[in-house]
Amino acid sequence: MAVLDILKYPDEALKQLSEPVVQFDDELHSFLVNLEETMRAGPGGVGIAAPQVGYFKRIAIVDVSSKPKIKHNGCMILINPEIKTWDGMKVGREGCMSVPDYTGNVIRAEKITLQAYNARGEQQDYECTGYEARAVQHELDHLDGLLFLDRLVSRRTDLFKRKTYQKK
Amino acid sequence: MSKWKMLTLVGCDQPGIVARITSALYETGAQLGEASMMRLGGNFTIMLMVKSEHTIEQLNQSIEPVVQDMGLASSFQTIEASLHQHEIPDSIITVYGADRPGIVAKATTSLLEAGYNITDLDSDVAGSEAEPIYIMQIEGIAAQGMEALEQAIEQIKSEGVNVDMTPIDVMIG
Ligand SMILES: [Zn+2]
Repeated sequence: MAVLDILKYPDEALKQLSEPVVQFDDELHSFLVNLEETMRAGPGGVGIAAPQVGYFKRIAIVDVSSKPKIKHNGCMILINPEIKTWDGMKVGREGCMSVPDYTGNVIRAEKITLQAYNARGEQQDYECTGYEARAVQHELDHLDGLLFLDRLVSRRTDLFKRKTYQKK
Repeated sequence: MSKWKMLTLVGCDQPGIVARITSALYETGAQLGEASMMRLGGNFTIMLMVKSEHTIEQLNQSIEPVVQDMGLASSFQTIEASLHQHEIPDSIITVYGADRPGIVAKATTSLLEAGYNITDLDSDVAGSEAEPIYIMQIEGIAAQGMEALEQAIEQIKSEGVNVDMTPIDVMIG
C-alpha cells in the first residue's frame, strides 16, 4: 500500500483524456487500494480520480459517508463510469486536491443516475443526490481532462438555498 | 521590508482602467497578487496586491500617466502579506431589511460576539430613493462553532432584521 503523488495544476497532464479499463486484474486491484489510500490521506478528500495520480484510466472513487446527515452509497469504486441521467441544478462550493488553496462555486446536477463497473468487473447502477452527486460529477470530469476551474461561476452567485418558500 | 504593496484606486467607471493600470505595472516588472475590483455607487474601485522591488515613489510614477489621464485617485501602501493562505469559509449569511442606520453595525457586532470570523463581506443598497433596502452577504468561519453562530443569528433576527445562515459544505475531490 502506498499514498501516491497527486498531480497539481498547471501540470498539463490533468487535461488529458483517460482511457477505459479493459482488464480487471491484480494490477487494477492493487492500484485501487493505493488510490483509495491516497484519497483518504488528503485533508477532507471525499473523492479521487485516477488521472490525479498520473494513471490515465477511467477510474474514480467517491466516498462521502464521513459527512453527517446526507444520503450516500458508501464507498463507490467507479470504473468506466457513465452518467445516464441528470436532474436539477445547484451551485455549491468545490475544491480539488489537484488545485490547492482555492475553492469556487460550480453548478452541478442535483440528482444523477450512473452506471459503472466495480473492482470485479460487474456492472452496477447508482443513484446519487446532492453532495454525493456533486462529488461524482467532479471526479468524472477529471476522466475527461476537466477541472472545476473550467466550470467556475461567480462567487457572488448565491444559489446555495433551495428554499421552501415559507415564512419561518 | 515587505515587497508587497496594496494599491487602492478609485475613479469614475470607464472602460480600460484595469487593463491600463495592470499593463503599466507589468512593464515595471511588478507581480500581481489577490485583487478585488468592483463598482460602488458608479465609482470603479480596485484593491490590488502588487509585489515589486521598486519603491512606492517609483510605482506611483509608473502609473501616473494612466492615473492623470483617467482622473483616478490612487495610493500604494506597504503591507505585510502572503499568498496561498486562504481560509475556507464554512457559512454564508444573508442579511436584508429596510435601510436604517445601525443595521450593519448591529449585525456584525452580534457575529463578532459569537466568534464569527468574516472572510468576505459584500453589501448593497437596493430598492428606491424613497424606500431603500439594505442587502448584505457575508462569508466566514464560525470559530466558536455553529451553535454560537445560530444564537447570534437568532439575536439579529429578534431586532427585526431578516437574516439567514447557510452552511457551506465544500466538496474536495
Ligand atoms: Zn478534483
